[in-house]
Amino acid sequence: MVTNAASFGRSGVHDFILLRASAVILACYTIFLVSFIALSAPLTYEIWHGLFSALPMKVFTLLTLIALLIHAWIGSWQVLTDYVKNTALRGVLQFTFVVTAFAYLAAGIVIVWGV
Amino acid sequence: MKLAFSVYRYNPDVDTKPRMQDYSFEVPDGSDMMVLDALLKLKEIDPTLSFRRSCREGVCGSDGMNMNGKNGLACITPVSTFKGKTIEIRPLPGMPVVRDLVVDLSQFYKQYEKIKPYLINDEKKPAREHLQSPEERAHLDGLYECIMCACCSTACPSFWWNPDKFVGPSGLLHAYRFLIDSRDTATEERLAELDDAYSVFRCHGIMNCVDVCPKGLNPTKAIGHIKSMLLKRAV
Repeated sequence: MVTNAASFGRSGVHDFILLRASAVILACYTIFLVSFIALSAPLTYEIWHGLFSALPMKVFTLLTLIALLIHAWIGSWQVLTDYVKNTALRGVLQFTFVVTAFAYLAAGIVIVWGV
Repeated sequence: MKLAFSVYRYNPDVDTKPRMQDYSFEVPDGSDMMVLDALLKLKEIDPTLSFRRSCREGVCGSDGMNMNGKNGLACITPVSTFKGKTIEIRPLPGMPVVRDLVVDLSQFYKQYEKIKPYLINDEKKPAREHLQSPEERAHLDGLYECIMCACCSTACPSFWWNPDKFVGPSGLLHAYRFLIDSRDTATEERLAELDDAYSVFRCHGIMNCVDVCPKGLNPTKAIGHIKSMLLKRAV
């Protein structure tokens, strides 16, 4: 067995499930948002504000942001372990990616709950 | 009709870096031959050219190489496949080159060894042999035929980047062959050994292995079955 500590999940199976579960949430959110924009033409500020004022949409958006964080964490870990063989450099890059992903999540929470 | 070749040449004892060498010879119009026959002809022209071959009929898996960008067995690849273009022959990608078209497959065999490619059965020994029903035996079809030519594993980017951690399509095809064998009792131990982020899950299903397998096997499908077994075991 090969061990790893820097990925989000604690095992290959865990990562596999998390990647797919987060992908489903991201796909649902994308389909919903694209459909909403397509069906709400002309899209005004009031309609957009109304959409994001509703609690279910805030929760859905928060869930999507968390799914994005998990998806990006596992994805970046997989890409970096493929292409960056220097452990120190990979650690720095992984740290940067994860911190950036957390920053996006924090910013997203503030923005969505500020509506 | 002229057959033209561009062959990868590298002798680490003499050359500082690899180079491509051009060869050509005449054949009667409308005739065909296998790439291996052409290589044997080239070896008559230039005896320093090195490559592996043995059975010359797609059974031993010795002459796996990269022909015009695609891995395959030289002995069962007709030169007519390349429609008169110059045939570029290179060693299997991602493996250390021993000389010319001969590569060092140690890492490939290490991964094969890792999956314990033999029957493990801790039950009481039967009087004569472990019996299997025709249905149980049918599960091994599409798995046992692998000749370990390494065409699949050396066409897999995941194996290129992590040959020490990712078992690779060939090894995993063999792993599933024993996981699904009704006579094998070490299923749990085999799965436990594969249950990490690299050994199986580095396969992202791009199916290069299926595309190049000279025996028409489907390692991606076998890997999918192993992933399902690991998932069932975990949830």
